[in-house]
Amino acid sequence: MMSHHGSRLTQGQFSYLPDLTDEQITKQIEYALKNNWAVGIEYTDDPHPRNTYWEMYGNPMFDLKDPAGILLEINACRKTFPNHYIRVTAFDSTRGWETPRMSYIVNRPAREPGFGLARQEADGRQIRYRISSYATDKPEGERY
Amino acid sequence: MTAQLVQPAKSEPPRTVAEVLAQSQVEAVMDELDRDLVGLAPVKARIRDIAALLVIDKLRGNLGLAAQSPSLHMNFTGNPGTGKTTVAMRMAEILHRLGYVRKGHLVAVTRDDLVGQYIGHTAPKTKEVLKKAMGGVLFIDEAYYLYRPENERDYGQEAIEILLQVMENQRDDLVVIVAGYKDRMDTFFKSNPGMSSRIAHHLDFPDYSEDELLRIADKMLGSMNYRFSDDAEAAFAEYVALRVQQPNFSNARSVRNALDRARLRQASRLFAERERALSRDDLTTLTAADIRASRLFQNREALAPCR
Repeated sequence: MMSHHGSRLTQGQFSYLPDLTDEQITKQIEYALKNNWAVGIEYTDDPHPRNTYWEMYGNPMFDLKDPAGILLEINACRKTFPNHYIRVTAFDSTRGWETPRMSYIVNRPAREPGFGLARQEADGRQIRYRISSYATDKPEGERY
Repeated sequence: MTAQLVQPAKSEPPRTVAEVLAQSQVEAVMDELDRDLVGLAPVKARIRDIAALLVIDKLRGNLGLAAQSPSLHMNFTGNPGTGKTTVAMRMAEILHRLGYVRKGHLVAVTRDDLVGQYIGHTAPKTKEVLKKAMGGVLFIDEAYYLYRPENERDYGQEAIEILLQVMENQRDDLVVIVAGYKDRMDTFFKSNPGMSSRIAHHLDFPDYSEDELLRIADKMLGSMNYRFSDDAEAAFAEYVALRVQQPNFSNARSVRNALDRARLRQASRLFAERERALSRDDLTTLTAADIRASRLFQNREALAPCR
């Protein structure tokens, strides 16, 4: 599922819930910091579900004690990219994990046009499917 | 966090000073401060005042008498080794107990940690430090180095501006303590009125008296499991009397260095006696010889500068 009715993008944690408030985001960051995960902020205007490499906003933040610093960065990122998707990831560097343990969207474009499905008839009447966001028909930076 | 956990019941906010003190256990930290830190009477009195204000503020808040949260940024002035960093650490603890900072850690930085080497380097660097200090106390040692009037293209000014902005807008998130020599801090504030007006508390750390230095030495030795022999104590008193007159005297830090050197001498003295079985007493006692071997005693007449 890429987006549910109303075309809201559903990727990562909490994406079926209403948008998190800053207070709720703070609590989630608190949880990540408690586990010693490095929190990073990423943004993109290409919401294809297979686009896993979003742009980083600044460096991942290590050695932080309090969520206020991260919220500061999130708000700075929202100000710079008000119409992009922004997500917060928490990376666990423990041996054996070495992977993001949390990832959730904290900002989304005002209007999300959703995804289009294209069918292609291939050999032997096989059908191949292709999805793409209507937004990505436009060039980067002008999508939302 | 603990402060919130011991809160008795949500329905009954504390009404008396004693209740707030019991709840925050801030008194334990202040008593510790009194016990562990020798001298510094004016500083301790001032910290009590600040703590009192915070406690009363808390009580007012419980009755709905809202007031703007007090500005807690501070300025510690004093010569080297007078305990500025140590007190800053305790301050972080006190503010944490009273719930004015959320985490209560101390991030100690100097100019190098805030100011970058080239254009565009300073802002991210300063912000990085600020983010780390959020929820705690940011301690800027020798803050006057941030401002270099002789070089108009110096990036220090940029760091100051970012600091000011955060000091004003995120008072709830972090407390800034700047520290340094008194006269140089005064010039720094004169040329940065914005900084001066945002710092409400100025604490001046006096130099220690010789008597206080000796008590500090005793405490330091105790914590390292050493002790003076009787004649060593007298020798060290003489040493301190000489040392305070020397240039580069830095109070408690000089005492610590002198003790470290005495430990070295004790170690080589014992090391030389290969065959002797060393008792607990031998290993813990610093003798007069360990103290009197100092260069200070040898150059007594010449009074050459000693480091």
